[in-house]
Amino acid sequence: MSSVFDKLWTALRGGVREIGDAVVDANGIRIFEQEIKDAQANIATAKKSLTEVMARKMQAARKVDELAQAIRQNEGYAEKALEQNNEALALDVAGKIAQMENDRNEQLAIVTRLEGQIEQLKTHIKNAEKLIADHERELALVRTTESVQKATEQVVENVAANNSALNSARDSLERIKKRQEMKQDRLAAGDILAAELSDGGLDAKLEAAGIKGTKADASAILARIKANKAG
Amino acid sequence: MSQLQELTCTLGEINFEGHTFNCLPIKGSQQVLQVLVSELDEMPIYVTVTDTQMLCITYLCHKQEVRDDKRAELNNAMLEMNVAMPLSSFAIVEDYYVVFGALATTSSTHDICKELVTLAANAYDALEAIEEFLN
Repeated sequence: MSSVFDKLWTALRGGVREIGDAVVDANGIRIFEQEIKDAQANIATAKKSLTEVMARKMQAARKVDELAQAIRQNEGYAEKALEQNNEALALDVAGKIAQMENDRNEQLAIVTRLEGQIEQLKTHIKNAEKLIADHERELALVRTTESVQKATEQVVENVAANNSALNSARDSLERIKKRQEMKQDRLAAGDILAAELSDGGLDAKLEAAGIKGTKADASAILARIKANKAG
Repeated sequence: MSQLQELTCTLGEINFEGHTFNCLPIKGSQQVLQVLVSELDEMPIYVTVTDTQMLCITYLCHKQEVRDDKRAELNNAMLEMNVAMPLSSFAIVEDYYVVFGALATTSSTHDICKELVTLAANAYDALEAIEEFLN
């Protein structure tokens, strides 16, 4: 049932996975798709037959009902004929009843036979539907495998075209670590800067309080120049 | 317009939980979109759409980068980590160890963004986790 699936599995396990090698040949996929189409056509035919058979069964069942009713009616007639002591007429009616009973039995047999056919067709349809669902799932699996392989090949080619290797894990780790360090350095620098800025705030307060003064003072400079001149 | 082209346009405009997305289509017959998540752009995500799902893949490392004597241990560790890792799983594709997430093709933009950001963060964590297994 799943020969392609088996083939795929074997190929996967066999390790025939050189880049560029298609694991599943396109032909295999086409065969698989054809199997699905056939099963779908099968279901369509079976469903058509099923409606026909069900209609025929209903027809036969209706006939059985009609005959049963007619038999009951004629039994009434026969009783009435007997009440009138008309044995001959009663016998005629009984003959008709016998004929109808035969007909009814025939129709009953037909109903039973058709019911069997209906069951068979339903089973057939259910199996075909399950087969299709299975095939479609497997086909999706094969297609996905193909897509992922192709995607990987393209990614590898693309990265190679840009003169880099695809994700050397060590390199990636190195770059990630460097970036994390840089981020931490930036954070640390930010802290230092913030500290300096807050220190600056303190200086300003000290200056304002006259405790710490670095501002050039014109009178102090003049005093210094005068002192120099005198010296 | 294909789903990936639409996604490229959508992602270009979005700021999701403080992250932006930088998209670059990869040349080839298979439609692949490279997505860089801001702040987590050391691990590019490659998005590809199949019949049934949208696959987001980050390539962790090549098999050859793993120490021979540690390979089995790494495989085991990845299987054990798989369930706990949010939204993503480990896998091997074409001899590359990958972290990937799979989405329904009908997923909302919000779901896709969540997937991309989570996957990139997972890839960072995974990379650090596998460091001891590398050559």
